[in-house]
Amino acid sequence: MSDIHAPIEYTSTGLRSTKLAMWLFLASECLLFGGLITAYVLYRGQSTTGPYPQDVFDIGYTSVSSFVLLASSLTMVLSHNAALARDYARMRLWLLATAMLGMCFVGGQVFEFTSFFREGLTLHTNLFGSTFFVLTGFHGVHVTVGILMLLILIAFSFRGSLSDDPAFPVEMVGLYWHFVDIVWIVIFTVVYLIPAPPPHGAV
Amino acid sequence: MPSKLLWVVGAILLTLLLVGCGKDLPQNTFNPAGPTAQSEKDVLIVPLIIAGIVFVGVEGGILFLALKFRHRKGKERMPSQLHGNTRLELGWTVAPAVLLAVVMVPAISLIWKLAQRPPDAMQVTVQGYQWWWGFQYTDADMAVDYGDHGPITTADVMVIPAGRTIDLSLRSEGGGAHSTDGTPDHQVIHSFWAPRLFGKQDVVPGAAGEGNHIVFSAWEPGIYWGQCAEFCGLEHAMMKFRIVALNPTDWANWVQARKQPSSTPAPGSDAEKGMQIFFGTGQEGQGMGQCIACHSIGGTSAVSTAAPNLSDFGNPSHPCFAGCDFDTFVPGPDGQLQPNYAALQAWLEDPNAVKLGAKMPDYNLSQQQIQYLMAYLYSLS
Amino acid sequence: MATITLTPQKGILRRPMATTGFWSWFTTVDHKKIGIMYGLSSFLFFVLGGCEALLIRSQLAKPSNTLLNADQYNQIFTMHGVTMIFLFVMPMSAAFFNYLIPLMIGARDVAFPRLNALSFWVFLLGALFLNSSWFLGGAPDGGWFAYAPNSTTDPGNGLTFYALGLLITGIASTVGAINLAVTVINMRAPGMSLFRMPPFVWMGLVVQFLLAFSLPIITVALFQLLFDRRWDTAFFDPTRGGEPLLWQHMFWLFGHPEVYILILPAFGIFSEILPVFARKPLFGYQFVVFSGIAIGFIGFGVWAHHMFAAGLGPVANTAFGISTAIIAVPTGVKIFNWMGTLYGGDLHLDSPMLFALGGIAMFVIGGLSGVTHSIVPSDYQQTDTYYIVAHFHYVLFGGAIFAIFGAAYYWWPKVFGRMLPEKWGKVQFWILLIGFNLTFAPMHILGLGGMIRREYTYPAALGLTVWNQVSSVGAFTIALSVLLFIIMVIRTQLKPAGLENEDPWDARTLEWTTSCPPPVYNFEEIPTVHSLDEFWHRKYAEDESGRLVRVPAGGSGEDHHSDGHPIHLPSPSFWPLVVSFGFPMLGYGVLYYAWWLVAAGALVIVVGLTGWALEPSVAE
Repeated sequence: MSDIHAPIEYTSTGLRSTKLAMWLFLASECLLFGGLITAYVLYRGQSTTGPYPQDVFDIGYTSVSSFVLLASSLTMVLSHNAALARDYARMRLWLLATAMLGMCFVGGQVFEFTSFFREGLTLHTNLFGSTFFVLTGFHGVHVTVGILMLLILIAFSFRGSLSDDPAFPVEMVGLYWHFVDIVWIVIFTVVYLIPAPPPHGAV
Repeated sequence: MPSKLLWVVGAILLTLLLVGCGKDLPQNTFNPAGPTAQSEKDVLIVPLIIAGIVFVGVEGGILFLALKFRHRKGKERMPSQLHGNTRLELGWTVAPAVLLAVVMVPAISLIWKLAQRPPDAMQVTVQGYQWWWGFQYTDADMAVDYGDHGPITTADVMVIPAGRTIDLSLRSEGGGAHSTDGTPDHQVIHSFWAPRLFGKQDVVPGAAGEGNHIVFSAWEPGIYWGQCAEFCGLEHAMMKFRIVALNPTDWANWVQARKQPSSTPAPGSDAEKGMQIFFGTGQEGQGMGQCIACHSIGGTSAVSTAAPNLSDFGNPSHPCFAGCDFDTFVPGPDGQLQPNYAALQAWLEDPNAVKLGAKMPDYNLSQQQIQYLMAYLYSLS
Repeated sequence: MATITLTPQKGILRRPMATTGFWSWFTTVDHKKIGIMYGLSSFLFFVLGGCEALLIRSQLAKPSNTLLNADQYNQIFTMHGVTMIFLFVMPMSAAFFNYLIPLMIGARDVAFPRLNALSFWVFLLGALFLNSSWFLGGAPDGGWFAYAPNSTTDPGNGLTFYALGLLITGIASTVGAINLAVTVINMRAPGMSLFRMPPFVWMGLVVQFLLAFSLPIITVALFQLLFDRRWDTAFFDPTRGGEPLLWQHMFWLFGHPEVYILILPAFGIFSEILPVFARKPLFGYQFVVFSGIAIGFIGFGVWAHHMFAAGLGPVANTAFGISTAIIAVPTGVKIFNWMGTLYGGDLHLDSPMLFALGGIAMFVIGGLSGVTHSIVPSDYQQTDTYYIVAHFHYVLFGGAIFAIFGAAYYWWPKVFGRMLPEKWGKVQFWILLIGFNLTFAPMHILGLGGMIRREYTYPAALGLTVWNQVSSVGAFTIALSVLLFIIMVIRTQLKPAGLENEDPWDARTLEWTTSCPPPVYNFEEIPTVHSLDEFWHRKYAEDESGRLVRVPAGGSGEDHHSDGHPIHLPSPSFWPLVVSFGFPMLGYGVLYYAWWLVAAGALVIVVGLTGWALEPSVAE
């Protein structure tokens, strides 16, 4: 975000460098989540002891929290639109709504994790526990970082530090936020929706 | 001048190669002693020759160009500003590709040939521990005649009949042994390699490793060296083994002997006292050893697989111990093999001093106990 | 003369002002200063890694040696590899990219100057973090490849340091890669189209993409290793269904592109030095560029050739044998084009050229032994032996380190305004070449003669003592050459700066249009580029008969109309340094289960980045 305040300068491609960097960063992030998801898929059904996914998952609950996260993408878009229209009050409102929805999601994840813990699934119980917690935990950390950025953005907007072109930082944080949402769609599908094969060794 | 230099370089390389092919190196991959290693060497010869030609061509070319077109003092000259030549580019893209395709064909067919497992091969399971090798002869006619009629088992040395095709199944094991500071014997990746007989294959724990095999045979009787080739922790360097190939008579005798329970030492002998220490059945303060907790000896109550099987320890066909860290037999003044008491004594005094991190703890044995134990161990054959 | 404006600021978020003096180095965002710091620190790690190499060769100088025990040796060979790869060649490449890319593409700085400083400080602190393990219970001892499950079960903290240290330096590399990629894509001077970029910039661009797409894979693997070690997860634990080969796949899916991350900068350097000293353009520029891109792509498809003996089955071994053979083709294209560049040239065999020619010659040997690895069945014999050690040292030392020395001699006058002594440079080259071959050529024989890698000692009965001794003598010869280089550098730097000729090599690329060393703003006037080898074409033109003649100074070259308008430069900032301290805090916190330290580290990063974002830019 280093040139956020800088006036738009000549660039070879005509794209702002920050935007280009953000896209490159997200492309790199794709491989990060790709690696984590691959590990999860490879180890599907390879756990030697329970609890197995079907023992702990509450698809209804996670669907709701997934919906909450997806809704936050909508509010993010609304916030960017407001910023483009230079309606900063609405922009802040929608940014706040996005952050709140994100917090709901993370809170839901924390609740889900604790309930899994209570059912005996920890990081070291089995392969399912290891791959599940590390994958969804990584995603949760990404959402948390996104929430932090949103809150800082709101704070900055009051301070007037976004004065040149507020729509641009909002767009950048938005890119990140949408990326994290899309990754969640993939994780939700792969981890929760695609039925797990029977436990290792079972017929 | 360049051609002279080339000759010098060529002569040096030739000398290097000749020395490299020395016949006396126990792990020389260019001195195969069986068909597997032979095929792995043969498939390399053509690529090596081509690589040699390319080497001379390119290195000679660079040298030639550097000398021919070097700037000469006082002769100012502006070279023509040549940007490239598409036809040349295509040439030196396609030509190497074709050459590579040609050398790959025999290599690929050999990959598939080496992966085949002949059904009539003798089956041996190789077990990798930190840091020694165990061998189990799993064929039905290789079961012992006592106890649970399990497979003949050896450690550090694999004895085979010369000429017979052998199919090795590779397994990584973590035994129950642990070093003095409590570090256990972990299941890790090893790699089984006897350069004169076969190229290496990794010994991988878990499901993926179960398909790993080596098929080989030795043409002649002899002792062949091998060692773990994949870094497997502290004493990776001291995870060696020997393959002892025997002629048919010796092989039959060896198998026969190994099927019998170990001999019991004569009453009252040092060896008997050593046996009591080994089994922890001796008098208080004299024979309270814990060897039995990890080691096994054929036909006795010592059956743990956590540490090397000692049934064959006193047999000269079993020449080394502790990942071949030390030789158990050395030539005496008369040239005859005799027990290497000094090495075994040092080991029993403190395994860690001999082999740092060894999974055999230091039991603070007294010199007397060590003498008795050595007598017992060398009586096993 | 243009003036630089640095607007003074008020308040707590005031930006530091000093651009000279000792403390200015801590707050600088100038790509040139950052490049010098990268270069200096990675050279110090080169010396450290070299000392480790000398210890290795001392231990192996005689059979059954007891100079080092197994534990010490395992730490030293692991750290030798880790240091040379992650703390020397990678950051040394970053040093040259940082310093040269903006100058070569006609930019005043990189796209994100403060991120650039962040990359450097995170790298340096990560490297120090990794090396602090020597004093905190022992360095990593599982090999640079850290194969699981040995790496997950190995006692002590060494491999936890490894996982955390490489995660930290990985952050530095990722940030740097994105920054430099954007710089090349977006900051080129008018007229500097992609195919007018110097080949070094091209190779730099490919390397940044390789970094951006391979580092996340090792990041995942390192996290899994860390979690297995710290929180007892089951990723690589075979007793709980984990798959040790998963680590190998992920490690080499990063590790092979990494090899090209190390060697492509060298290819770029060769492609810069050769035309200058042959006084003719790079032969087949497009082919050199495209083969570099091809290597980048194919580099992601050959990883399992490190695992031929792992038991992947004949299908995988066949496929990866073929892809390994294929990658030799674009590499060969480069070598032939370099030879084409020499052909018909007027070769000035100065030190940079000697190192370039020597480097290419040595790389060819490594390339050829590399092709023999694609003969899969014979690789069953070669892999994990000294034959492999010989191979990759010919590639990485012969290729990358010769190139780095060549680049040092070539760009030293540019960076420091002083020439390294030409005569001694040649002496150093010959000592290095002899020492290098003494060290690594015998390793081919050692490997084929059955000596495995990573063994702390070998018995005399192996019959390879003599060649080990030759190799050890060679290692000390290399050390002598490096020592000579260090003495030369110190003596040169003690002399006052100043060059008679600011274009000492009659060079071809834009960085030489600036003064030596370049002003902080690089270019008074952003240049307009008309061709490949822009600077050459400004100096030389064809006369009526088609002969190339020197254009008189002030002729058809770029006219400089300096109107004295101010040049805005990013002000120095201390936030990158502040933020970078958060990462080792996180590292030590995780190592010692000190959650307060983890929280403090995270706080430092968040507060630092917030301060960073709030910091007034000079443009206001």
